[in-house]
Amino acid sequence: MIVSWSWLAPLISILYLGLLFAVAYYADWRAARDRSLIRSPFVYALSIAVYCTSWTYYGSVGRAAVSGIGFLPIFLGPTLIAALWWLILGKIIAISKRNHITSIADFISSRYGKSPVLGGMVTLFVVIGIMPYIALQLKAIAVSLEVLIRHMDAGWTTNVPFVPWRDTALYVAMLLALFAILFGTRHLDASERHEGLVAAIAFESIVKLGAFLALGLFVTFGLFDGFGDLFGQALANPELARLMTFEAIPGGYSSWLAMTFLAMMAVMFLPRQFQVLVVENVNEGHLRQASWLFPLYLFAFNLFVFPIALAGRLLFADGSVDPDTFVLVLPILGRQEWLAPLVYLGGLSAATSMVIVEAIAMSIMVGNDLVLPFFLQFRKALREDLSGIILTIRRGIIVVLMLLGYLYFRLLGESHTLVGIGMVSFAAVAQFAPAILLGIFWTGASRRGALAGVLTGFLIWTHTLLLASFAKSGWIAVGFLTEGPWGIGWLKPEALFGLTGFDPITHSVFWSILCNTGVMVAISLFDRQTAVEQIQAQNFVNVFQKGARGGNEYLWSGFVSVRELRHLLARFIGPLAAEEDFAEYHRQRHLQPSDDAQAPANLVAFAEKRLTGAIGSASARVMISSVVKGEELDLQGVMRILDETSQVIEYSQRLEIKSRQLEAATLQLREANEQLRELDRMKDEFISTVSHELRTPLTSIRAFSEILRDNEDMDLVERRNFTDIIVKEAERLSRLVNQILDLAKIDAGRMEWHEVEVDLPLLAREAIDATRQLFDNKAVRLINKVPEISCRRMADRDKIMQVIINLLSNAVKFCSPGTGEVCIEWRETGEGVGLAVVDNGPGIPEGELEKVFDKFHQVNQGGMEWPLGSGLGLTISQRIIERHQGRIWVESTAGEGSAFIFTLPHPEPSS
Amino acid sequence: MSLSKSRKERLVVLTILGVLALDYPLLALFSRAELFLGIPVLLFYLFGFWLAFILLMAAILKRKGVEKP
Repeated sequence: MIVSWSWLAPLISILYLGLLFAVAYYADWRAARDRSLIRSPFVYALSIAVYCTSWTYYGSVGRAAVSGIGFLPIFLGPTLIAALWWLILGKIIAISKRNHITSIADFISSRYGKSPVLGGMVTLFVVIGIMPYIALQLKAIAVSLEVLIRHMDAGWTTNVPFVPWRDTALYVAMLLALFAILFGTRHLDASERHEGLVAAIAFESIVKLGAFLALGLFVTFGLFDGFGDLFGQALANPELARLMTFEAIPGGYSSWLAMTFLAMMAVMFLPRQFQVLVVENVNEGHLRQASWLFPLYLFAFNLFVFPIALAGRLLFADGSVDPDTFVLVLPILGRQEWLAPLVYLGGLSAATSMVIVEAIAMSIMVGNDLVLPFFLQFRKALREDLSGIILTIRRGIIVVLMLLGYLYFRLLGESHTLVGIGMVSFAAVAQFAPAILLGIFWTGASRRGALAGVLTGFLIWTHTLLLASFAKSGWIAVGFLTEGPWGIGWLKPEALFGLTGFDPITHSVFWSILCNTGVMVAISLFDRQTAVEQIQAQNFVNVFQKGARGGNEYLWSGFVSVRELRHLLARFIGPLAAEEDFAEYHRQRHLQPSDDAQAPANLVAFAEKRLTGAIGSASARVMISSVVKGEELDLQGVMRILDETSQVIEYSQRLEIKSRQLEAATLQLREANEQLRELDRMKDEFISTVSHELRTPLTSIRAFSEILRDNEDMDLVERRNFTDIIVKEAERLSRLVNQILDLAKIDAGRMEWHEVEVDLPLLAREAIDATRQLFDNKAVRLINKVPEISCRRMADRDKIMQVIINLLSNAVKFCSPGTGEVCIEWRETGEGVGLAVVDNGPGIPEGELEKVFDKFHQVNQGGMEWPLGSGLGLTISQRIIERHQGRIWVESTAGEGSAFIFTLPHPEPSS
Repeated sequence: MSLSKSRKERLVVLTILGVLALDYPLLALFSRAELFLGIPVLLFYLFGFWLAFILLMAAILKRKGVEKP
């Protein structure tokens, strides 16, 4: 090859970083135009994959090559805990958003009474615990670059000239610092969200996964003939066959369990994980999909780790190649001039994403919880704009952190394998787990308990892991490890109190987490919390309860003017932003802003939250208390207010329930009343109609009887005529009374029903026979179209007969003599079977169709003197049919006759 | 930000199941230097369970209409 990789490799690294800058810049540009790139659960899940560092990329293969599947707990742990993310992280995210929390140190400090000491301590421990991890990434970048250059330039031989390229790490570190400064500290924002950063991280997650999968496919199917061939060859070698079982894992099952636990905690509480999971979270709902998308990413990433490790062991059987570099060396061995640089870039992306996010997260923590509290002690009184200074401090911190990481790598670089350092960092952040998890589910966890717990855990971590590793690298006399400090045997760092049988990590995790949790719980149980602690505990634990909010407002009872408060906010977030915030506050509450007025308690709380976003809860509290005159509430005062408030809330809730019940009762009463009134009206109407109907025949009977009585000389024919009328009217009267009684019985539910099997067509024929005389009398033709079939239904025979006769006699009444024609037809529909009685009478006007079944309704016959029916027949028919679950209706066109139809339903399949 | 109680219970049970399945003594059953379908049995079990776990989690967390808290 003509071109030299000694400049080509650094060049593609710089170009790649340039691309990263471009991605981040583009995302920020989009965000500024309100067209965010990152509002998706997929981007969120990809950003969480910042968990996969160069430690995963190179180190997993290295570990798999010597201890088989021992690398897996680091990814199985996060998968298992992800199932609980919705319960744990969901709560943490909600708390953080409501309280403007921007780092893990701030979270712990805020939960435990906004304690500056706790925040500072957590930050300090994070720096000590994570620094080696950052150094590790820089080392990975330097080593991978060196390996790439050496082997690509020399072609593949085992004997290559050594080119020292160590200082690449320094340049890379400075470039990453620049990136972090540009995209992580551009402005002081209350939410501390960085869209460009998240987009770049998500992009890097795609690059590293893609490169690793490409390598895995190449190794498995390019260097070998698929999984079967690779695993088959490995199985033939007893040493590699051992890697396929648990025997190869140092520490065995206890170590497996400890690493799973550490990974569960680390994936949530490493500063960079907290940053992407909680602080950079755009939408709380994204967590739902990320909970399974992120484990899926881990699954894909790990598919080829073990095959690559076995391939490395098989191809470099002589042990000449460090397993941590298998990932990079294998494509070079395969002479893949495109794959090798791609794999290198994948490793670079894994390392850079981790370093950038970690640096930004730590700059916020160190700035807010370590530097600012001291800084503000001296500058509290000064009335100057501090936002610029705070950003400068953060930028400085990033540069210092990078330099420290670089120094650490140069000093301690050669003494550890990659996985070793990573686990030490995991064990460090696991010390925050008890304080956080107990803190969000148990209001009793107290500040002193958390302080003592974290401190205890961290001291044990320092003793059993950090100092022990110093001893191993020769910084401390080896006697510390073998004899115990000052020769005290039971203090030996890897066998504390004589506990042996665990590997160092398991041993340390067991003691540190046990003592951490134990001390914290014990002290909390016997501690008395201050007012601020109690309020914060309520705010955190009951974050999802409606009444729990607003407790902050009771924290301040002193006096401060609105102007003073705004000036304070302006010093940290800039005058413009402060002005806008205050205007927004007043607008939401429909208040008139007034500078000289005394600030209400919830405005003070509002300002404190805004400040928390910018400088952390502890400093925000200090700053607010510097302007609020008057005393803070004491514990009794706060509790009294809280008690009163909760009582008031309870009373008002009870009142609300009572009034809702009353309302419901009133509504029911009103409905019942309405019904009664309607019934009353109907009764009145019924009585007046009935009496009217009864009076008509009575009147004529009386009139004719009187005529008969008064005219004794009336001739016989006339006398007979009158008597006939009297008899007819009397019949009509008794029919009417019978019908009224029937109807009353049906309506009152006292009618007796005798259900038997009834053959409907047969019944129709019988009804026709019974009414034949009526038709002959009026010379109306009756046409029977009912087929000679048998169709049985359960029904009351007499009542159905009554209906048919009713319809037939009704039809005959409205037909003209001579030309009249009534037709009875058979109907069979999906609804049921029944009969139709069709006449060619005058028909019923459209407006009356609905009313013909009403009581005493008489169709307007236009000029007819005597009403033809009682007005009850159809009503009774309707009741009867409805009692049989059937339907009766009328179809008619005025002038062309009408059809009365009824159907009885088909029998239920079961009966 | 709420999940019905039964879904919460399912997630907790799933986690317990995962911790049990991915630890001693169940894991010891698969700690053998043998191949199953050309893949080491331990690897096959771990990755198989892993994928099943993810799919179950996705099924439980799937959005089903509007939820009551």
